[in-house]
Amino acid sequence: MEIFWYSAISVVLAMFFILDGYDFGAGIIHLFFAKSEEDKVVIAKSAGLFWDSNEVWLVAGGGLLFMAFPTFYASVFSGFYLPLILVLWLIIFRAIGLEFRGHFNYQMWKDIWDTAFGVSSLLLALFFGMALGNVIRGVNLGGVKDGVSLYEGHYFFLPLWDSSFSPLSDTPGIIDWFTLIIGVIAVIVLAIHGANWVILKTNSSINHRLKSIIFNLNIALSVLTIFSLAVWQYINPAALDNFKDLPYLAIFPLLYFGGIIGLFFIKKIKKDIHAFYLSTLLILGGITSSLASLFPVILPSTNSVNESLTIYNTAASEYGLSVAFNWGIVGLILLVIYFIVQKRLMAGKIDDMDYGH
Amino acid sequence: MEDMIFYDRLQFAFTITFHYIFPQLTMGLSLIIVYFKWKFLRSQAEKYNDAAKFFMKIFAVNFTMGVITGIPMEFQFGTNWAKFSELTGGIIGQTLAMEGLFSFFLESSFLALFIFGEKLMSQRLHFLTALLVFIGSWASGYFILATNAWMQHPVGYEILDNGKYVLTNFSELFSNPWLLPAFLHNQMASLVTSSFVVASIGAFYLLGKSNIEYGKLFLKTGVIFGFISSLLVAFPTGDWNAKNVAKYQPASFAAMEGIFETEHAGAEIILIGQPNMLEKKLDNKIAVPNILSFLTYQDWNRQIYGMDKFKEEELPDNVPGLYYSYHIMVGLGTIFIGVMSLAILFLWRKKLYEFNPLLWGIMLLAPFTYVANITGWYVAELGRQPYLVYGLLKTSEGISPTVSSGNTLFTLLGFIGLYFLLGVLFLILVGKIIYKGPQPEPQTH
Repeated sequence: MEIFWYSAISVVLAMFFILDGYDFGAGIIHLFFAKSEEDKVVIAKSAGLFWDSNEVWLVAGGGLLFMAFPTFYASVFSGFYLPLILVLWLIIFRAIGLEFRGHFNYQMWKDIWDTAFGVSSLLLALFFGMALGNVIRGVNLGGVKDGVSLYEGHYFFLPLWDSSFSPLSDTPGIIDWFTLIIGVIAVIVLAIHGANWVILKTNSSINHRLKSIIFNLNIALSVLTIFSLAVWQYINPAALDNFKDLPYLAIFPLLYFGGIIGLFFIKKIKKDIHAFYLSTLLILGGITSSLASLFPVILPSTNSVNESLTIYNTAASEYGLSVAFNWGIVGLILLVIYFIVQKRLMAGKIDDMDYGH
Repeated sequence: MEDMIFYDRLQFAFTITFHYIFPQLTMGLSLIIVYFKWKFLRSQAEKYNDAAKFFMKIFAVNFTMGVITGIPMEFQFGTNWAKFSELTGGIIGQTLAMEGLFSFFLESSFLALFIFGEKLMSQRLHFLTALLVFIGSWASGYFILATNAWMQHPVGYEILDNGKYVLTNFSELFSNPWLLPAFLHNQMASLVTSSFVVASIGAFYLLGKSNIEYGKLFLKTGVIFGFISSLLVAFPTGDWNAKNVAKYQPASFAAMEGIFETEHAGAEIILIGQPNMLEKKLDNKIAVPNILSFLTYQDWNRQIYGMDKFKEEELPDNVPGLYYSYHIMVGLGTIFIGVMSLAILFLWRKKLYEFNPLLWGIMLLAPFTYVANITGWYVAELGRQPYLVYGLLKTSEGISPTVSSGNTLFTLLGFIGLYFLLGVLFLILVGKIIYKGPQPEPQTH
């Protein structure tokens, strides 16, 4: 049961990052590359039509995580207090930008909300990447100082940064040079994903340029990925042991690298949707590889006093998980149906599609 | 520690109060939209379809606001109430996850279909999307109320040695005696807000001499729905809830009614007075003898315990707040019944559309329906104090053990600033929609 819920929640959250990922990415593209008013309008719209139905996946994933792994939910949400609240503010700010931009035809008004949309999309991508970086790096569970836990062993609190900015510090913060690298990788991945989305869904005048941009970003991504793997080995020599012990887990990194290799042929790919699938592989592979490297741990402890959080020591009772399985299956099937219906309805280019209000 | 609890509670109270401005409208409004769409199917008169689409625009703005202010609610269970989440997540996580998985998805998917899909489907299917939005939003309310009902009156659980609450009976979460009365009361109250909003937009058009035909339709519909719902919110649903409080939370009942001392015979009902916590009495009291005993137990002489019968630590920690919230809710509810009864009388006599004082009255009362809904929730939540899970887990035992008060104050201030901005923008946007009116013209963005 733990493994079922772990997989189901991973899929729901991966769906969130794939779906909301393209509208975060569209925001990044909007911030850096959209120059003319027509392009700004249409790129904002390619995110604005979809963001709220995409964030439903976050709500569902959060709810399921709370139900199935309450101790993990409690530990991580209180431990990453500040960045999570910042993420909430950014989500709100970004939504304001998207929803309010078009209501007054006044240049300054539009500029404010364009910037709000672009900057908060960029920061969200960076924060989500850093969050992943924090999870794979691990945290000082129990707030251990001089061999003594300050809190119960499954609680912690991370400041935004520690003055050393080093993942090797005894008290690493949210932001250190390792998590920052992962954050930048996430920004690049989502920028590529967003660019593919813009190409797929709009007739913007920069579509052709975006392909070269994707190609260049992909080079940067390859370099950073290899660099981050080396660094990860350096700060945690056991980081990749799971893949040695369970070779079939290698499927997940293969998805990621398949995405990178495929995207080098972006200019030759005939169908835009295929390029979009490749960047989807990047996100899916990136998240699943990170999770697989830790499994069954879900939050490693950086000290030797308190044990890491796993799917077993943070799960709800067996009865609760089983009874939730019955309604969960129905719910997940419904999710897939809604998703398909909605995608079919909103298929095609969105340039002429209308907002609801 | 003390200030920590204070800031955590204040942040939750502030963010949930702001959040609940939006769902209370969307839940009731979705029913009224279904009604308009149904009338359109029956009569084929375009004005009903225009009305449905117009209110769906207002619905959509409120829904968006509900989503972005709702995500912080879900997060706060973990960020600020980690211990509570750890201990009870195996139980309340069930109902909260069901809300996210079933109702929220339903509501958001079919809202998009309603708005974008009218040309792609038949009018019957379009009606069906409206109906599913309504079902989704009410189911959402139902799961949230089921969560709250468990906190008010825990059932189907077992407490392990390590203090964790584990679920032993899933179906009891839904047969909880607290749930159905609370849910129906809440939905009727939400319908009161929406009816007043619909009627007051109608009144606004009639008084402003614009969109006259729509104004009449909105006013009439709002008054009919408002009359029915403001009666139902008091009786039987409100009555039913009060009896539940008296039965399951007698200390809270005494506090909300403002009874300091137990009387030998029947208890009086307090109409006006200010709780004086120093001298443990009510200042400037106006009360009617024996009524409370009759209302609660249909027995004029039944004894009802006052606050003197309970230990200090069992009583809600904010008696005046609870007392005022309850009396404001009941007082406003009574005014709503009065005004809506008058309006229905004028409607019947065919004089409503010209009787400006009543139109002004309805329009100005609309914001107070929000006050009544929110104070109603304050009654439930302040009444549950000093517990998170009534009788079992104290509020002070539920907060995050590692988050300091400085951090919570920081985020609270941030929320206040951001929500102020959000509130202003929301009013501009809704104001613009209302001002433009329901003319069926293509929207440009």
